[in-house]
Amino acid sequence: MTEPILTRYIREANCHTLAFYEKTGGYKALKKAIGMTPDAVVEQVKASGLRGRGGAGFPTGMKWQFVDKKSPKPKYICCNADESEPGTFKDHVLMERNPHLLFEGCLIGCHAIGAKVAYIYIRGEFYHVQLVLEAELAKARAAGYVGKNIMGTGFDCEIHIHRGAGAYEAGEETALIESLEGKRAQPRIKPPFPAVEGLWGCPTAVNNVETLCNVPFIIEHGVEWFTKIGPEKNSGPKLFCISGHVQKPGTYEASMDVSFRDLIYDPKYAGGIRGGHKLKAVIPGGSSVPVLLPDQLDIPASFDGLVKAGSMLGSAGAIVMDETTCMVWAAENLLYFYKHESCGKCTPCREGGDWLHRLLGKIERGEGEMRDLDLLLSVANNIMGKTLCAFGDAEATPVLSTISRFRDEYEAHIREGRCTVPAPWRAGTRAMAAH
Amino acid sequence: MSFHPQMDYGRGHHKSARALPEEGPAFAYTAENRARMEEICTRYPPERRKSAILYALFVAQQQQGHLTLNAMRHVAEFIGCTPAEVEDVVSYYVMFFTRPTGKYVLQVCRTLSCALMGAERVTEELSNVLGLKPGETDATREFTLLEVECLGACDKAPVVGVNDDWHECQRPEDARALVDGLRTKGTSALSGCHLKVTS
Repeated sequence: MTEPILTRYIREANCHTLAFYEKTGGYKALKKAIGMTPDAVVEQVKASGLRGRGGAGFPTGMKWQFVDKKSPKPKYICCNADESEPGTFKDHVLMERNPHLLFEGCLIGCHAIGAKVAYIYIRGEFYHVQLVLEAELAKARAAGYVGKNIMGTGFDCEIHIHRGAGAYEAGEETALIESLEGKRAQPRIKPPFPAVEGLWGCPTAVNNVETLCNVPFIIEHGVEWFTKIGPEKNSGPKLFCISGHVQKPGTYEASMDVSFRDLIYDPKYAGGIRGGHKLKAVIPGGSSVPVLLPDQLDIPASFDGLVKAGSMLGSAGAIVMDETTCMVWAAENLLYFYKHESCGKCTPCREGGDWLHRLLGKIERGEGEMRDLDLLLSVANNIMGKTLCAFGDAEATPVLSTISRFRDEYEAHIREGRCTVPAPWRAGTRAMAAH
Repeated sequence: MSFHPQMDYGRGHHKSARALPEEGPAFAYTAENRARMEEICTRYPPERRKSAILYALFVAQQQQGHLTLNAMRHVAEFIGCTPAEVEDVVSYYVMFFTRPTGKYVLQVCRTLSCALMGAERVTEELSNVLGLKPGETDATREFTLLEVECLGACDKAPVVGVNDDWHECQRPEDARALVDGLRTKGTSALSGCHLKVTS
């Protein structure tokens, strides 16, 4: 892929405005989609092989097909703009710089599943992005792209923005629906899946921002064009977020045949490790996936490529760590996150997260014992796969994967009774330097 | 199964240990806020008014600075649900405050990407400059210092959320400059990339 597609204009002035979007061919795909039957739209998205960009990589066309169209109840699209996976910041860019692309994707999705309303669930911390979305939504409504009789076609569809209030768990699709219904963001038992009983018990499709942003391009340019971008079953443009110890952290667009090594080292992307340091580990898909070692990076950065390497693409938020990073500290940091964000519904996750965090803290402080490692593994394995949603797996993964790949480091902490990889950028270092 | 005997399970911080919110003065939406909320309620089917509860709480919080039991009762009445349902929501989401906050709520992101870039040091320095531990508000209610979980701006780490805005690439040594900047110039002292996008 030579030219970026989703982020082509994001560096230009006023790229978020309706005038700019119309000038660059905006809302043409919507008109085309409305001219097609809903089933044809679903078929086209299905044939394109578009996979959900939120983390699971589930085929979007299938998700839409599962929506119970014969149900007499109203149908809904919920756009998941809760983006709260640590290391992920791609949807933020799309919404802030290209909001109309998201609106167009939502509208096409609504047409495809027979919905009259789409809700964009945006995390509360993105309030500044919400202001952009709301201002642009009002303009789109005034220009006849949203609301009654869209572009004179007789198609009615509303888009509403719903603000969250700070909960990682709201990114899980059923928890998002609960939150939209005005409750705590806690996941539901599945089945029934949202496609059958979602928002207010109605058939619902929950799609990620980036997923919906791909849809207008599939409608406009066709299946063949889309499947030519990237490897088979992993087609289409993809946004990668690279953060941590790299020269140029940022959001980069590429097709999924790009290698992870290139994403980190190529000057076109993150440009290598900062300040002459050596790479130690990468968490490739947001904090919830297993770590990769430097020699595991020559793989395509695709859903299937990462699975083959023993990890997952997840939300494509890569956190890069150089040799100054203590892996016990990194796991402790993430377990604090998971402990804090656990919704508390399932006991293994609620209680286990707290235990894992305490054990890791104990080892990091130099008070650990060798049997704590077995205890860590035991607790983590008793969370894995034993919760209603994928949060439990996400919580256990940083512990299991850092122990399996950096067991020496854990053992050194315990043997020497101290953190063996203290970094100058961590807490307490100023006090250390003063003594 | 037996866990390690030295673990102080149940004695440390736990969600169930939360203190109840204060009663607070009598509360009612201003006419303007009430009208704003009625408009927001039209986004949901009439029988699904409860969906507006998060917005209703944000508006109440904006009006009074923090949420008291009286404010929650008013929201319950407005939404048409029980006060217990409102409290259930308030105690779950981190963006609702049940105690008074400072004019500027500094939220240092502490999750991995920011921590790798020195967020722990940023918190330390802000803590020194303000004389506050994370979670505290100063006596004049000018600043509240908080550590928060991933804000989703990991490429501009370390990030400090300031109320609803972001301040990006905050270095530990610039803590004094950030605090002084907010005191003298208000939120125009902030560097968030979104501040360059204008509608």
